[in-house]
Amino acid sequence: MKYIIAVIQPDRLDEVLRVLEEKEIHLVTVTSVLGRGRQKGISEVYRGHKENGRLLKKIKLEIAVNDEFVKPTVDAIIQGARTNHIGDGKIFVLDLKECFRIRTGEIGSVAIG
Amino acid sequence: MGVTGFMILMGVSKLALAADAVLPVINTGDTAWVLLSAAFVFLMTPGLAFFYGGLVRKKNMLSVLMQCFMLMCIVTLQWVFFGYSLSFGPDIKGIIGSLSWAGLHSVGMTPFTDYSATIPHQAFMIYQAMFAIITPGLILGAFAERMKFSAFCVFSLLWATFVYDPVCHWVWGVGGFLRNMGALDFAGGTVVHINAGVAALVCALVLGKRKGYPSHMSPPHNLPFAVLGAGLLWFGWFGFNGGSALSANGLAASALMVTHIAAAAAGLTWSLLEWKISSKPTMLGMITGAVAGLVAITPAAGFVGPVDAIWIGIGVSVICYFFVAVVKTKFGYDDSLDAFGVHGIGGIWGALATGLWATKAVNPAGNNGFFYGNPGLFLVQLKAVVVTVVYSFIISFVLLKIVDALVGLRVSEDEERIGLDLTQHRESGYTMLD
Repeated sequence: MKYIIAVIQPDRLDEVLRVLEEKEIHLVTVTSVLGRGRQKGISEVYRGHKENGRLLKKIKLEIAVNDEFVKPTVDAIIQGARTNHIGDGKIFVLDLKECFRIRTGEIGSVAIG
Repeated sequence: MGVTGFMILMGVSKLALAADAVLPVINTGDTAWVLLSAAFVFLMTPGLAFFYGGLVRKKNMLSVLMQCFMLMCIVTLQWVFFGYSLSFGPDIKGIIGSLSWAGLHSVGMTPFTDYSATIPHQAFMIYQAMFAIITPGLILGAFAERMKFSAFCVFSLLWATFVYDPVCHWVWGVGGFLRNMGALDFAGGTVVHINAGVAALVCALVLGKRKGYPSHMSPPHNLPFAVLGAGLLWFGWFGFNGGSALSANGLAASALMVTHIAAAAAGLTWSLLEWKISSKPTMLGMITGAVAGLVAITPAAGFVGPVDAIWIGIGVSVICYFFVAVVKTKFGYDDSLDAFGVHGIGGIWGALATGLWATKAVNPAGNNGFFYGNPGLFLVQLKAVVVTVVYSFIISFVLLKIVDALVGLRVSEDEERIGLDLTQHRESGYTMLD
């Protein structure tokens, strides 16, 4: 089991969700986040006072999958989120130790899907 | 009591006659009402800012507010320097006012009787300034979320000068050719709403769709703001239409009353349409309908009675609903906040409806419409509509092309994605942390 975290451009969310859906990956948690990568933030100016190094709005996706779904999921996110511009984001894949489904008490791989 | 009142009136009018040779007499009630109306109409522009601002995405909120406030500044100075003179100054062949009132030269504290015999000329001028400000503001609903701020400033100044001022002169200026033709426009159906609505359509066509439109658009970021804005618009419209009587008299009362009635009828109609056609009445539908009703009654206020105002309100919601929900979807143009669908189409309906329901019983200085035995007025109204539509369409198109060549109309794709607040103004409307 793996835990996939992706940080993407906000306006690519719809497209990423569409491609994930196409590959039958339905489970996803979405959060609106602030972040900064090599693109750096855009500084804001208030009454002449410059606020340096501000952050940009991004979307964070979190998806728990069984091992055979790691590649399709990563491919789907890349396909949906890539614009070839700086700031397209990153994908992190982490090992997932355990998973419980609250309703049934199922444990492990069966609980994910 | 009645007789005494009559005697006093006679006395006053004799005084007025005697004074006429020297100075026309200022009526304090009229002046108070028109000055207050100027403040009412002024408030419509911040109201419009919140109406439109609530409908865009979070990242573009400030850009809309900023554009509206920029108009208050740019158009005010334009109006003072030469806009008022072009619009209302001494006529040149029915086409445009001369520049002899530039810099408000000879626009003084005494009445200018051709426009308003009982209020200071400056009161009339500043009241009209508020109309000149909000009209280009209406257009921004069509290009919201994607126009460069520099391009917006240049376009607005050019549009105010080459579209608003001439059309204003044709319809309201002494000697203007549409006015001489007998076209009725009480408070700006053609001058303000058709004019801006058609320019909005041109903007939507020339600038093109927002990135991701229509499949990937977010819903309005703050509907309560849009509702607040609509409330301010409704409130301000009492000055817009009621003040256009330029007197605190029965006509002002009639205009204000039918304004309210038409808005109520239109808001209700839009809600019922949604309830019937798309399952639930929505808040956005309600305010869209109410604003459409206010648009439609604008040329007709001061010429129509209360029951006919209901028909105008019902009619505008049916027509605009059709345009916004069906026609826009079918043709796929991105009139982002329905500036054309509501102001253009609603304004055209209002101008034509004035030709249907105007009656001299309400305003002897007006005319009778189709339903009051004078089908000719409808044709005159139609002609005024066609002239305004064609002129606004062509000149707006040319101005956009000029501005595109000068500074470029659209922000880059990256800037559009990040949002206009941050890229055009270096600030954010909302913080996420703290």
